Amino acid sequence: MTEEIHDVRLHVNGATYDVAVPARRLLSDAIRQDCGLTGTHVGCEHGVCGACTVLVDGRPMRSCLMFAVSAVDTEITTVEGLTNPDGSLGPVQQAFKECHGLQCGFCTPGFLTTITAGIAENPSPTRDEAREMISGNLCRCTGYQNIIKAVERAAELSS
Amino acid sequence: MTTKLFGTKVERSEDERFLRGRGRYVDDIGVGALHAAVLRSPHAHARILAIDVDAVLDVEGVHAVWTYDDLTGAMAEPLPLLIPHPALTHGRTQYALAKDEVNYVGEAIAFVVAEDRYIAEDALSAIRVDYEQLTPVVGIDNARAATHLVHDDVPGNIGARMEQENGDARAAIAAAPHTLTLDLTVERSACMPMEGRGTVARWDPDSSRLQVWTSTQTSTGVRAAVAAKLGLDLGQVDVITPDVGGGFGVKINHPWPEELLVPLAARALGRPVKFTEDRREHFISSAHERGQVQHIEVGFDDEGRLLGLDVMFWHDHGAYSPYGLIVPIITSTQLLGPYKPANYRVVFESLYTNTVMVTPYRGAGRPQGCYAMERTMDAIAAYLGKDRTEVRSANFIQPDEFPYAHGLVFQDGRPLTYDSGDYPASLEKIKALVGWDEFETFRAEMKAEGRTVGIGLACYVEGTGVGPYEGAHVHIETSGKVKVATGLTTQGQGHQTAFAQIVADELGVRFEDVEVVTGDTRRMPYAVGTFASRAAVMSGSAIHLAARKTKEKALRIAADALEASVEDLEIVDGVVSVRGTDASIDLGTVAVLSNPLRYAFDEASKAATQFSVGDPGKPPVAEGDEPGLEGKEFYSPERSTFASGMHAVIVETDPLTAEIKILKYAVVHDCGHLINPMIVEGQIHGGVAQGVGGALYERMAYDESGQLLNASFMDFLMPYATEVPDTIEIDHLETPSPLNPLGIKGAGEAGVIPSAAVFAAAIEDAEGFPITAMPISPSELYALRQQHPKEQS
Repeated sequence: MTEEIHDVRLHVNGATYDVAVPARRLLSDAIRQDCGLTGTHVGCEHGVCGACTVLVDGRPMRSCLMFAVSAVDTEITTVEGLTNPDGSLGPVQQAFKECHGLQCGFCTPGFLTTITAGIAENPSPTRDEAREMISGNLCRCTGYQNIIKAVERAAELSS
Repeated sequence: MTTKLFGTKVERSEDERFLRGRGRYVDDIGVGALHAAVLRSPHAHARILAIDVDAVLDVEGVHAVWTYDDLTGAMAEPLPLLIPHPALTHGRTQYALAKDEVNYVGEAIAFVVAEDRYIAEDALSAIRVDYEQLTPVVGIDNARAATHLVHDDVPGNIGARMEQENGDARAAIAAAPHTLTLDLTVERSACMPMEGRGTVARWDPDSSRLQVWTSTQTSTGVRAAVAAKLGLDLGQVDVITPDVGGGFGVKINHPWPEELLVPLAARALGRPVKFTEDRREHFISSAHERGQVQHIEVGFDDEGRLLGLDVMFWHDHGAYSPYGLIVPIITSTQLLGPYKPANYRVVFESLYTNTVMVTPYRGAGRPQGCYAMERTMDAIAAYLGKDRTEVRSANFIQPDEFPYAHGLVFQDGRPLTYDSGDYPASLEKIKALVGWDEFETFRAEMKAEGRTVGIGLACYVEGTGVGPYEGAHVHIETSGKVKVATGLTTQGQGHQTAFAQIVADELGVRFEDVEVVTGDTRRMPYAVGTFASRAAVMSGSAIHLAARKTKEKALRIAADALEASVEDLEIVDGVVSVRGTDASIDLGTVAVLSNPLRYAFDEASKAATQFSVGDPGKPPVAEGDEPGLEGKEFYSPERSTFASGMHAVIVETDPLTAEIKILKYAVVHDCGHLINPMIVEGQIHGGVAQGVGGALYERMAYDESGQLLNASFMDFLMPYATEVPDTIEIDHLETPSPLNPLGIKGAGEAGVIPSAAVFAAAIEDAEGFPITAMPISPSELYALRQQHPKEQS
């Protein structure tokens, strides 16, 4: 059995990656293995934990629930693309640092992308809205209190 | 003047790389490696009659397949029994690949290596295994009944029976004015780190060396096991633990089959090989914990003082016992918490079942012990009609009674002797923090609104910082940068930051100039591992001592160079100066001078060549001295240090749906001196969240055939942000440990220990009937209400 290979052009963090992948290759695997951007992590491979969340045309998507071939003609943003243009930490990243919003760091990229999209949509979230914004992402280390604080801080830094 | 960093909320230096997506976890390493996948048993108990792998090699992209028959030498022997114990009369461990039989769903049977994981998994489906199914033993009740056996040669399914007694508990109970009996259960849960297990190995045929990257809590343990199993000298094997995406205990067990099979395959194939566990595999082939059934008999006086406490419990060990009896021994000893029963006896049986094996999960038996004891305290208070805090006070070990010996042997084989603590002060703090004395007013107000609330309290003592030892190496480079290595591993605790704080303070260097490496056997080959809340105590102390030793050497050399006496020197921001003068020398230059050179390699090193330094009448390196500005020290305490704390929670139960809502959660925590309060509070937050999960949501739903029905994040309910308390009120007490130079105690597990106990207490208080089984779901609470109609208002 030989698998059919598809030539796919992915746009990630403003750069272009030409990759050759079988149709079944997950976007998460393509980002990590074909593009070499290992900041995106895979925690469950069934769309529940949110660690692999990337932005597809600005919207948060579980990259383990998307095929690489279906990401053609989209603009993908991963955690590596969340820094400021001058290379300093972006507002969500900075907020996580200040608020101790991460411990082992494995789930963190998914939170950072999710919150980036969330704040773009709702620049001044209330505490309840901040909690709601991250309520689809699992973290086993932090207990979430500091992540919710980081959402509020990120909103301040972004304004 | 350099500000003292110990005890301050220093932002974490590791965050920068994590936040930029530049962390290096195992699956990020080994670009171009071949990928492995494991065929796992679909049956909980079966004999393997035949395995046919012929079709596998027809799958394009497959490089190799192994079954038990392909293993030779030590690899064909059972995996190590890591912690033998005289009471573990029937210890059993699995093979790297199943030999003749399987004993749980998920047990490894065949190992395939292919171009990528997709192809490797395709290949697994081409393997045909013929099984003869055997009756599985699932759950503690079936294990005790022993109608069927997990292992034919383990009678009664009893791996171990252990008893400890201080005094004569049964006689004391018989003579006591009041007695009670409690029967309690706790279900299984699991660590569930966001990153599962993973291993990458590279064999270098040119140097005959093996490098292994693995997501573990013990690099040195894996190194020793890999060397022994693959027939390599220790010096041929490097084990490097990169960033680890959470451990919580499960990654202290080792070697996992894949930690041996990946290096074996890498050597055989001459290619780097990688295994990355997926989430379903983590559920069915890593480890679980917590499952126990407990029977408690207690005798007490009118004040609620414990005259005799007799505890029997049955511990679900799963299919194998590689980690020995650590979990039940901890339950049996740490059950005592801050109390001093006059007579205590504990007996446990550790039972085999055809389910995933049990090894420590954060708390490691303490949550179950705390649950047993605190449920007993609440029952005594209810029986006597006393306030629950009064009964606890009557039983506390008092501050002037330390060190306090319980007359038992702890998990490290040392006497269970508490070093320090102040339990009455903690109780006052937790009462104030949660509003204990004001609660009845609050309850009445809520009742007037038709709402039902309850309050619970639980106390614990946690033996932390168990031995045998940890070491540290501190090296000041000629750039003035300080390189620190300790052998234990890191999985989110911020060691890079906390340990750098210790070094910066002790050496007088800038925090930014300190780089800490953990879990790399190339940098520190002698180490134990990260478990039992021991990293800060063990490596923190070793690092402090190594930094001190390095500083002493730096001052000695600087004193010589500055023609001053050591007592007149100080080090600030990496510069050694003579107090009150302009004379100074930076540590980088001191490092240059510490290493007499024949060859200069840059401008700075010219200062250290043999024509420029030293007394021509003496050897360039003095007797007993070594070149280089570095220091190595080990810390090996006589026994554990005992942290303690108390949690309290106010819950509201919905009269209709029986939903349980957390209104307030309070923690008083005493882990001695805090290195970084921000990190400690983060540990508490995370522990409480896991505790909430364990008390209200998480359980392993095995059916009678031993299938784990909820082996996914969709069905195993880990708390999201919506399930945890919005805020956790935290107050610290700092009772320093006399056992280590920094006065610290461990903090990693504390947050999760009292959870089952404190929620059971609060729900019981709200509902008015006993809660004896945890975790508890709304439907279970609803069912209990139907059984106790009278108590409902």
